Amino acid sequence: MGNLATWGNELYTGKRSYPFTGKRKLWLSISAVLVLLAILVPVVKGGFTLGIEFRGGSEFTISQVEHTEVPIGEEAVLAIAPDHQPRVTNIAPNTMRVQTDKLTDDQTLEVAEALSGAYGVTKSEVTSTFVGPTWGADISKQALIGLVVFVLLVALLMAVYFRTWKMSLAAIIGLLQVVVITAGIYALSGFEVTPSAIIGFLTILSYSLYDTVVVFDKVRENTAGYEGQVKRNFEELVNLGVNQTLVRSINTSVVAVLPVASILFIGSYLLGAGTLKDLSLALFIGIIVSALSTLFVQAPLYSWLRDGEPEIMRHNKKIDEHRLAHA
Amino acid sequence: MSSTGPIKQARKSLLWLGVIFLISAAILITGVLSGKAALAPKLALDLEGGTQMILAPRVAGGDAATQEQLDQAVEIIRQRVDGTGVSEAEITTQSGRNVVVSMPGIPDTRTRELIQASANMEFRAVILAGSFTAVPEDQRLAKADLPKPTAKPENGSDVNWVDAALYQKFEKFDCPTELGQRSDEEHEADEPMISCDPDVGQKYILGPVEVPGADISDSSFSMARGQQGAVTGQWAVNLEFNADGTKKFAEVTQRLTALEGAQNQFAIVLDGTVISAPRSNAVIPDGKAQITGNFTEESSKALADQLKFGALPISFEIQSEQQISATLGSDQLRSGLIAGIIGLILVAIYSIFQYRLLGVVTIVSLLVSGVLTYLALVLLGWSMNYRLSLAGVAGLIVAIGLIADSFIVYFERIRDELRDGRPLPSAVEIGWKRAKRTILASKAVNILAAVVLYIVAVGNVRGFAFTLGLTAVVDIIVVFLLTHPILQLLGKTKFFGEGHRFSGLDPSLLGVVPLYRGAGKVRSFSPEAEGARGKKNAKAASEATRRQTIAERRKAATSVSAPTTQDDSADKDSTNG
Repeated sequence: MGNLATWGNELYTGKRSYPFTGKRKLWLSISAVLVLLAILVPVVKGGFTLGIEFRGGSEFTISQVEHTEVPIGEEAVLAIAPDHQPRVTNIAPNTMRVQTDKLTDDQTLEVAEALSGAYGVTKSEVTSTFVGPTWGADISKQALIGLVVFVLLVALLMAVYFRTWKMSLAAIIGLLQVVVITAGIYALSGFEVTPSAIIGFLTILSYSLYDTVVVFDKVRENTAGYEGQVKRNFEELVNLGVNQTLVRSINTSVVAVLPVASILFIGSYLLGAGTLKDLSLALFIGIIVSALSTLFVQAPLYSWLRDGEPEIMRHNKKIDEHRLAHA
Repeated sequence: MSSTGPIKQARKSLLWLGVIFLISAAILITGVLSGKAALAPKLALDLEGGTQMILAPRVAGGDAATQEQLDQAVEIIRQRVDGTGVSEAEITTQSGRNVVVSMPGIPDTRTRELIQASANMEFRAVILAGSFTAVPEDQRLAKADLPKPTAKPENGSDVNWVDAALYQKFEKFDCPTELGQRSDEEHEADEPMISCDPDVGQKYILGPVEVPGADISDSSFSMARGQQGAVTGQWAVNLEFNADGTKKFAEVTQRLTALEGAQNQFAIVLDGTVISAPRSNAVIPDGKAQITGNFTEESSKALADQLKFGALPISFEIQSEQQISATLGSDQLRSGLIAGIIGLILVAIYSIFQYRLLGVVTIVSLLVSGVLTYLALVLLGWSMNYRLSLAGVAGLIVAIGLIADSFIVYFERIRDELRDGRPLPSAVEIGWKRAKRTILASKAVNILAAVVLYIVAVGNVRGFAFTLGLTAVVDIIVVFLLTHPILQLLGKTKFFGEGHRFSGLDPSLLGVVPLYRGAGKVRSFSPEAEGARGKKNAKAASEATRRQTIAERRKAATSVSAPTTQDDSADKDSTNG
């Protein structure tokens, strides 16, 4: 604590400073490479592993099973739908999952009944999901509309709040980068893309900007009236803001990640699959990427966007002269 | 002096929080005592077990269903499901596109078919009318008196449709019972049927279908006009048929107008129940009929809507159907809660590690947020039938981090002010002023996201968006009415005010250099700040400069003791830049 606080002090006063904006070319190049990789990963892997909601089909979860043998589940399905090859997996202690291709709605019910018999449970222990082939597309379309509407509105909100569209632009570019990288890592993990994962991605949008707004607010405060001083140039002021909020950024990320990690853990080990696991994985990756992106992409990008402005160039020149004179 | 201000303010804020808390609790307790509300939030199907069907409407002709059509469809499905005796089924439209049917347990095949089927509307001629309830056994016709058809029926109004068996069935037919059970009998289009009109309390034997509902092209309601075109003051429902319907309807009215008694009537049947059985007063050759009677504006609108949308054959395609076992549901809920508690404990440990006793403030604030969220969920469950889903639980768990962040932002701001050498009470006030802006701006982003998601999204996403938005609002309430006032009060205590080692606000750890350094030496403000004043952006500029020149201030103040380290820091600064 003592050391951490001292570290915080030094960051605050500027005694210690990490070159977030100073080496912005390096950071931005790295993130560009990461984005490319994130796009390449799913391409190389042959696309995302789509969940049943996107493929269409039927899924059965049988709880409290007496035994966890795979063949009897397969037989039960084949007895009713002979031309469907079922995938039977033991996803958690006492829990089996059976996935099939598109059964008809009625077959779905019959299979559910057959499975309850096969695993010696009452019918009420079988959870069945029948998903029509267009459902996933429907969800994705709505999610995409949501994304576009949200990005437009939030860009407007930030432009008004910060009174500069460049902050807004930097934040949105960073946001897109976060989503792409998170999606890439998600694809790499081989987890299925389900509606829950989509929820996770949409939440990251909100989280990423939330994180950026906090840091940008400090940057805005620092850079207000930058022309009235000759100690730091604009880019250094931005960097100071990022450094001053570094302790907050770390604390916030840790605090945000802890509950998500606990969902991920519980979701993976106790439940095996489902809403919690996919959602929390997307969030887990997304929160970490968002926090890094604010520091290494959004803030540097903002200083870069502003550096070309004549007024700032003039100020930079003034500072260089001042430094030369006082060297 | 200034000290009384914040304390008074703090007490007022806490009082407000208490009032909010007490009012919600009082409403809840009243609800629970009167048996209308439950103490636990209502759970969605994925946590409670049951069946959820998401249906996409398919309109004949491939047009998209309008919101009005959907509402009407929901109404029809609701009547059908209620009719099958399934209790607690919830039928809603979602985002104006889908219909969501949720019900406990597993529906039987018949219920599922009923839900999917399109509304069935038809026009039939009335052959016989009778009392709404069953005819008492002693008043029924003797076997010898039962009608015996003498010839093959010639048209839809022919009494020859009624044979002894049908008549006996008609006598026995008890509308209240039958409507309650919603018999699942299929009515053949070319056969007579028995049907009830619950509005006027009649039962009828109806002939075969004369005009199918699909032949209705439009319907509306208006004030009826008399012969001279003057408004009569009566409400009327206007009906329009397509070419096919016009021809058939002209034939029907031609026949019916000549007949008397019940046979003068035709019945409009929706899903086996008569919704209206008007008399035919004139032949309608042009397919434009007007139904008058004891309509109010509302009832005429209702009938017009039924005719308009009931005629549209909307059927439903099952987009997704989930039957969740109660075991899996409670498993998921339990795991969700365990995850939440573990998350909360981890956050608590980290907060204490980072902020010492201030961490306790975080924990208290989180707990109060939890209680407020719980109250909100229960009250919303009661008033709006909000149900907590697994995605919603996930939203709540994620919210722990987002809520805790407001406190972190605030605490870090206070620390910043302390580092500038302010005493705690004023550090709290000024830190708050700055943190407030940041918190509001960032929460606005969260709420915006939640609202957009909620409006646009389908399925699970909505539950998640809802809790995320709700907790953002709760967070704002708690930060303003609890966390900040607590800090205002704590700022006055010796423990915090003097920066005890465990308070999390120890000035020496925060590298604070007191303004007054003894022996008459007072830390001086930097000349740059002075120079900046009076300029265009004077206030902001001086503020910014003040913040950036602490190193210099420290240099000025500590130049005697440690000049070298300060130079060092200045160097580092510029090289990094």
